[in-house]
Amino acid sequence: MESLIGVLVGAPLLGAAVLLCGGKALDRAGHWLGTLLAAASFVVGAVLFFGMLGRAGDDRAMHSHLWSWIPVDGFRADVAFQLDQLSMTFVLLITGVGTLIHVYSIGYMEHDERRRRFFGYLNLFLAAMLLLVLADNFLLLYVGWEGVGLASYLLIGFWQHKPSAATAAKKAFLVNRVGDAGLAIAIFLMFTTFGSFAFAPVLANAGDASEGKLTAIGLMLLLAACGKSAQVPLQSWLGDAMEGPTPVSALIHAATMVTAGVYLITRSGAIFNGAPDAQLAVVVVGAVTLLFGAIVGCAKDDIKKALAGSTMSQIGYMILAAGLGPVGYAFAIMHLVTHGFFKAGLFLGAGSVMHGMNDEVDMRRYGGLRKYMPVTFVTFGLGYLAIIGFPGLSGFFSKDQIIEAAFGKGGTQGWILGGVALLGAAITAYYMTRVMIMTFFGEERWRTERTPSPDRPDVEPAASVRGEHAEPHPHESPGVMTIPMIVLAIGSVAAGAVFKLGDSFVNWLEPVTQFEHGHPPVSATVVTTATIVALVIGVGAAWLQYGRRPVPAVAPRGNLLTRAARRDLLQDDFNHAVLVTGGTHLTRSLVYTDNKVVDGAVNGTAAAFGGLSGRLRRVQNGFARTYAVSMFGGAAVLIAATLLMRAV
Amino acid sequence: MSALVAAGGVPGLWTLADGQKLQAPDIEYGKLSPTLIVLGAAAVGVVLEAFLPRRSRHVAQVFLALLGLAAAFAAVVGLAASGAGSTKAQIAGMGALAVDGPALFLQGTILLVGIVGVITFAERRLEPRAHGAPVDSFAAQPASVPGGEGEQMAVKAGWTTSEVFPLLLFAVGGMLLFPAANDLLLLFIALEVFSLPLYLLCALARRRRLLSQEAAVKYFLLGAFSSAFLLFGTALLYGYAGTVSYSGIARVVSGADATTDPVLAQTTGNDALLLIGGALVVMGLLFKVGAVPFHMWTPDVYQGAPTPVTGFMAAATKVAAFGALLRLLYVVLPGLRWDWRPVMWGVAILTMLAGAVVAITQTDIKRLLAYSSIAHAGFLLVGTIATSKDGISSVLFYLGAYSFVTLGAFSVVTLVRDAGGEATHLSKWAGLGRRSPLLAGVFAVFLLAFAGIPLTSGFAGKFAVFKAAAEGGAGALVVVGVIASAIAAFFYLRVIVLMFFSEPRADGPSVAVPSVLTSSAIAVGVVVTIVLGVAPQYFLELAGHAGVFVR
Repeated sequence: MESLIGVLVGAPLLGAAVLLCGGKALDRAGHWLGTLLAAASFVVGAVLFFGMLGRAGDDRAMHSHLWSWIPVDGFRADVAFQLDQLSMTFVLLITGVGTLIHVYSIGYMEHDERRRRFFGYLNLFLAAMLLLVLADNFLLLYVGWEGVGLASYLLIGFWQHKPSAATAAKKAFLVNRVGDAGLAIAIFLMFTTFGSFAFAPVLANAGDASEGKLTAIGLMLLLAACGKSAQVPLQSWLGDAMEGPTPVSALIHAATMVTAGVYLITRSGAIFNGAPDAQLAVVVVGAVTLLFGAIVGCAKDDIKKALAGSTMSQIGYMILAAGLGPVGYAFAIMHLVTHGFFKAGLFLGAGSVMHGMNDEVDMRRYGGLRKYMPVTFVTFGLGYLAIIGFPGLSGFFSKDQIIEAAFGKGGTQGWILGGVALLGAAITAYYMTRVMIMTFFGEERWRTERTPSPDRPDVEPAASVRGEHAEPHPHESPGVMTIPMIVLAIGSVAAGAVFKLGDSFVNWLEPVTQFEHGHPPVSATVVTTATIVALVIGVGAAWLQYGRRPVPAVAPRGNLLTRAARRDLLQDDFNHAVLVTGGTHLTRSLVYTDNKVVDGAVNGTAAAFGGLSGRLRRVQNGFARTYAVSMFGGAAVLIAATLLMRAV
Repeated sequence: MSALVAAGGVPGLWTLADGQKLQAPDIEYGKLSPTLIVLGAAAVGVVLEAFLPRRSRHVAQVFLALLGLAAAFAAVVGLAASGAGSTKAQIAGMGALAVDGPALFLQGTILLVGIVGVITFAERRLEPRAHGAPVDSFAAQPASVPGGEGEQMAVKAGWTTSEVFPLLLFAVGGMLLFPAANDLLLLFIALEVFSLPLYLLCALARRRRLLSQEAAVKYFLLGAFSSAFLLFGTALLYGYAGTVSYSGIARVVSGADATTDPVLAQTTGNDALLLIGGALVVMGLLFKVGAVPFHMWTPDVYQGAPTPVTGFMAAATKVAAFGALLRLLYVVLPGLRWDWRPVMWGVAILTMLAGAVVAITQTDIKRLLAYSSIAHAGFLLVGTIATSKDGISSVLFYLGAYSFVTLGAFSVVTLVRDAGGEATHLSKWAGLGRRSPLLAGVFAVFLLAFAGIPLTSGFAGKFAVFKAAAEGGAGALVVVGVIASAIAAFFYLRVIVLMFFSEPRADGPSVAVPSVLTSSAIAVGVVVTIVLGVAPQYFLELAGHAGVFVR
């Protein structure tokens, strides 16, 4: 059994190697090979899962030591895997959703001449992500962490001929470097504190380390999580990452990679449990991002960017839950899994809509599409109901529990966190309803032309006006795309109930993450009722604004908050003002110092030697007599010096 | 002789007294075969010169020289393989010669340098053909007056000086003896045997003959002066110890040998004689390695000599002279370590700094390389001063690395030409990298190796000598060495910048297309430079095994 763990990573890695190194000969079958290997990985994962179910709770973790990577005295780095319940959950999510998205991509990327490369990158991503969740030490986890970053970079910039895509890829890479530096420092600190970075010794001895050190490690891990999971203040890359092909947005920037931060914090639970200050920082980050992403999601007209805001917000929920400690770890992961289903489904639905609409992403150019794309409409609708937390669907169970746990934090903190989570639920319902209405209901706005008006010169003309495409003819996507959407919709509907039934998910994870019952100040029924009320308020507000009135084809100017939210709550302006301007000033002053002080010293030294050289050169006058005299004088001095040495 | 006279009645000069037999000297021909082969080939070369028609001499001489050197090298390898360098190291030739690790290592290096030297000497594709005959870098008729009628006739007849090959072989023969000499008299003879052919070779340039002849005369005058130092020092040491053999002197220095020749009773054990004599002998050798203040001949001679000769001389002389210096300091004078070390410190520091500093303002590539060689002599002295086994082996390694870089660099210089022959003025090298990226790239590799940049042999060698010196307690010297390296890096990199980042001159030189000979000499230089830089371990170990002198 243990040896199968390596196959999980090996299959997609092999696919990546073959597809990326293989030549054009693979163009015709490459996508099938990639999909097959992803599916193989899923099958192996399923076999391991059922094997695991056959064992008792504490006996389920498996270890597989492949080889010693850096065996040096006093320093051990192994390539070794650990498959426990937490990893297993991720393995099934990654390979399952991953396989579905591979299948979907066969249709979505059909007309792209670089499809083989695309599947190579997808397989590379799967391998790296599986390495990340299967590693049994933080160093190997870091390898996977960087690997997914690389895959993400390559896939965001997949359409590199578009400057916007190339820039977005670069932005994602740079912002992630900040987080990666945090993870690296955290690993350094672990090594100095515990003398190791394998999970077992670090987590087992976390209780013995001082709180200061644990807090430092925790904060660095949080920085890493912020980068990878697009949490405030490192959130700015996710919206731009939507430049990548939509299957990438679904797999990497919604379902799996961006949740790596949640995995990291949950996996390092023992460290955070001993560092309350770091935990507080985690919940604050989660709560802030939860609102930040939701507000941004409300203002975006680009369907993918609206969903990206939503992703940010939902991961905020997970981070918030993970910051609550053993009370929340299981709920964070549970929401992560259900979110993986419905958000991947929503993105695939969005991709299907774009596929039928000539790659138009502006929802103000949609409308009334339910007639033309019934399957997309139904699957998207089920995902929509799941994310807003419609009672009985998966989002309802997972989100409700997080809100409950947030209230259970106790005291003022509990009220604030609970209130934020509840408010977030209302806003979620609002912006998702807005997306739903603008896309599938109302007038068929794509039929009307749109040109930049003097009032809004910043509006881009529609694709058809730009002359790039003819007027769209909305149509349903082929089966290879709709089937994955249907499967994911089923997951979105049922996963929550299955997990909730008899607390099966919490019990499953408990041996790894521990579990404590929270103590909310009000009863669970009250919290659930409040959640449903928030949901109704959100849906109602959106319906009043977008369902009752026609949606303007050109966005109105909007109030200050709307305009700020459209600009991602000024995140780029902030980064520009603080980091770019500040950095420019810093480099300018350094350059000035370098020019005047450092170069001055260097040039002065060089000039001094040059002058000395010019003088010494004159001694070499070309006369043999002078040379002979110099030899004679030198000989005299050397003999005198030798005799002097003896004398003293 | 006096013993013979005393024993018999009145024997003549060529007769022996009754019943006396002349003891035949016991010569280990096998152990001395490398030197004997080379000198034998040189003698055959002289005969060829006398009897072969002029047309066929070039090919025959080149063939003979390569054959002789290769056979000698094979003999060295055979001796080393049979353990003569390590377990069976011994003093041979009636105590005059040492056959041990350092001697064999250096002889092998000198022979390889000699082979590459012959290859560069033999190049006949660079000079324009003189009246239909291919000519090399050497004068048509060296005895003719430069610019005179005789010269014109010789050029017209298509003559070349094929005597350079026997001369080179004689020089190599002397150089093989030099680091193996275990006796001050043999040391002196070896010095003269290799110096005299070099003086001649320096005077043989085909172009700029006056400069060449001036260089040869200067080299000869100053070389004779330094030989006088060496000889005087030898006399003083004989006065001190009553013997000229290294081991004999060493025994007297250490006080192990108390028997004194009654004739020398007054002088034996006189420390002033020892110190002054030792210093004078060392100075004779410092002249050959080009250490300050005995360096002033170097730039003039390097510039004036035909460039293939400069390359050969710069590489091989340094190897031979450092070998002799090492043996003298480690075998004869170890007991005086506390006397000569401080003085050698001073010499090393002056040599490194003066070489590096004066090179900065040089405008001629050959003079630049000459000052560079002075700075490198300083670095080698740093390793010499370490007085440890690592010191010896690091110097051996450095010599091997340095000599191939030098040969390669001077070979490149022969290729950059304009109407007046080699274009050695640096300003003409501007923008060479744009015209001939390959050649400029190769030269850049050599310059980086001279500068001691990692992944080149220069780095490995410099690291080895500095490490040995630092472990030998000469940390301050290493600091000066690193500073001098930094200064030296400036002028090496300046040439690279000049070649690659300057606009080419309209009247700039062209790069001649060499025959396979010079190409292979340059290729050997590049390969050795890179291999010793990337994977120096095997060669460091080889030098390490060779690092013990027999006493």
